Amino acid sequence: MALDHKGINIVANVILSLFAAACIIPFCLLIISSLSSEQSIIQNGYSFFPEQFSLKAYEYLWIHKLEIGRAYGITVLITVIGTVVSLAITSMLAYPLSRRDMPLARLWTFLVFFTLLFNGGLVPTYLVYTQTFDLKNTIFGLLIPGLLMNGFNVLLVRTFFLTSIPPALIEAASIDGAGEIKIFYRIILPLSLPIMATIGLFQAIAYWNDWFNGLIYLTDTNLFGIQTVLTKMIMDIQFLTSNSSAAGTGASQAIAQLPSTSVRMAIAAIGVLPILIAYPFFQKYFVKGITIGAVK
Amino acid sequence: MGNTLRSKWKTYYKYWPLMLLMLPGLIYLFINNYLPMLGMFIAFKNVNFTQGIWGSDWVGFKNFEYLFKTSDAYIITRNTILYNAVFIVLGTILAIIFAILLNEVRKKILSRFYQSIIVLPHLISYVVVGYLAYAAFSMESGFMNKTILPLFGIDPISWYTEPKYWPYILTLVNLWKSVGFSCIIYLASIISIDHEYYEAAKLDGASKWQQIRAITIPLITPVIVMLTLLSIGRIFYSDFGLFYQVPMNTGMLSDATNVIDTYVYRSLMVMGDIGMASAAGVYQSIVGFILVLSANFIVRKINRENALF
Repeated sequence: MALDHKGINIVANVILSLFAAACIIPFCLLIISSLSSEQSIIQNGYSFFPEQFSLKAYEYLWIHKLEIGRAYGITVLITVIGTVVSLAITSMLAYPLSRRDMPLARLWTFLVFFTLLFNGGLVPTYLVYTQTFDLKNTIFGLLIPGLLMNGFNVLLVRTFFLTSIPPALIEAASIDGAGEIKIFYRIILPLSLPIMATIGLFQAIAYWNDWFNGLIYLTDTNLFGIQTVLTKMIMDIQFLTSNSSAAGTGASQAIAQLPSTSVRMAIAAIGVLPILIAYPFFQKYFVKGITIGAVK
Repeated sequence: MGNTLRSKWKTYYKYWPLMLLMLPGLIYLFINNYLPMLGMFIAFKNVNFTQGIWGSDWVGFKNFEYLFKTSDAYIITRNTILYNAVFIVLGTILAIIFAILLNEVRKKILSRFYQSIIVLPHLISYVVVGYLAYAAFSMESGFMNKTILPLFGIDPISWYTEPKYWPYILTLVNLWKSVGFSCIIYLASIISIDHEYYEAAKLDGASKWQQIRAITIPLITPVIVMLTLLSIGRIFYSDFGLFYQVPMNTGMLSDATNVIDTYVYRSLMVMGDIGMASAAGVYQSIVGFILVLSANFIVRKINRENALF
C-alpha cells in the first residue's frame, strides 16, 4: 500500500469533505424544513427538496413576535450580562492568584482547583439555590447557577498572567506610585485581551446555548429564554404524542394547538442562526481557543 | 511575638486591594461549589418538608440501601460506564484519523475550512441537536422513515419506542458533536512535531503510511494517553443534554438511555424523591472523585508534566 503524497492528499480531501458535509447537512435540513409548507412535511416528511416552499412558519413567528421577541431578548440580555460579569470576576480572581508575593496564593489556588475535581452534584446545588437563596423563577436563576464562573477558566487566566506578564512591569508601576487596583485595570487587563476574548467567546456560547438552568429553575414562562422555549416545546410534543391514545380527545386537541412542525423548526432555526451567522467572524478564535483549553 | 504578629498583619494589610479583587470570585465559588459540597449530607436524611429540608431526621445509609435495592442502580451505572467507554474508544480513534488526514491536506486554506466546519456541531445546544435528531428519526415524518428506509424497501421503524436502536443513535450523535472538537486538539499536537523527523524519513525512502506509523503516532501517544486517562477519570459523569434532549425524555426508552445524571434529575424534579436523588448524586460524586484521583495518579506515574496535579 504505497500511498504517495498526491494520493494521500486526495484521500484526505475526499474523507474530510464527507465528514464536513455530515457536520453541516443537518443544519441545512433544519433551515429547509422551516421554509417548507406544513402540507409537504406531512406528506413527504422532512426533506431537502420539499414540494412546496412557504414562509408560513416565519409569518407565525411574526404574529407571535411579542412572545418570541421576549424570549430572544432574555437570551441576549443573559448572554451579555453573564459574559461581562463572568470575565470581570474571573480575571479579578485570577490576577491575585498569579502574584508570587500574594499571601496564601497557593491555598486560594487549591480552593479553585478543587472545584474541578469534586462537586456536590445537582441535588444540593438545587437546594442551595432554591432554599437558601430564592432563585427559583427569577432571572438570576438563568444567570448565576453553574455558569457565572468556573475554576477551569480562572486557572487558564492565571496561567496566562503568570507566563506573559513580566513581574518587573508590575514592580515598575508600583514604584511609580500606582495602586494595586489601578495596576490591574490599567496594565494587566489591556495586556490580557487575547485570553479574555477567548474565554469571553466560550462563555457567551455557553450562555446562549444554556437550557438547563431554565429547565430546573424556571416554571414561569415569562422568563424563558429561547433555548428553554425550545426545550419545553419538544418535551410537550413528546409527552402528548406518547400519551395521546391513553388520554383520548383531550390530548389530541392539545396536539392540534401545538405549533406546527415547520414552526418548531423555524424557532430552532432562529435559535441557532445568530451563532451560525456570527461563526465565520469568530471561527478563527474558536478553533484556536479549543487548543488553549486543552493544553492548560 | 507581638512584633511578628504585627508585621504579618502589616503584610496582609498591604495586600487588601488584591484580597478585595478576589472577593466576588471567592464568594461565588463558596455559594456555587462549596455550599453544595457541604449540602451533600442531605443524602443521609429523610427529607420531610414540615421539618424543613435542613432540619429533617438523620437516617444513616437508608437512602443508599433503597437505591441499590432497585434495578435502576445497576442500569444507570452500566449505561453511564458503557456509553462513556464506547465514546472514548471510538471518539479517540476517529479524532486521530481525522487529525492525521487534516495534516495531510496540502492546501492550507482547505484545511482551515474543514477545521471550522467540523467543530460547528460542538457550537450548538443539545436542544437543537434534539430537534435535528427528531427530524431524522420521527415516526411520521422523519428523514429516515420517509426517505432513507424506503430506498432499501424497509418498513418505517418507530425509533422513539424501541430501546434497542438507541445505543447506536446516541453514539452516532455523540461522535457527530464531539469528534471535530477533539480532532483539533490532536491536530495541534501533530503540528508541533518537529519537521526534521519527516525529512529524515523521506530521505530514507519511508512511505507516507510508514511515516504516520513510525513518527506521528508514537510522538502523539503521550497526548492520547493523557486525554484518554482524563476522560476515564470522568467516566462516571455523562452529558446530560445528550441523554435527556436527544431521546426527548421518553420513558419507554429509559432502559437504554437512563444514566446517573438523568436519573438524579428525574428523581429530583419529576418524582420529587430527594432521598433517592441525593443518594445517587453522592454515589456519583464519590466514585467520580476516586476515578479522577486514580486517573491523575496514573498520568503522574507516566509523565509528571502531563498530570493535573
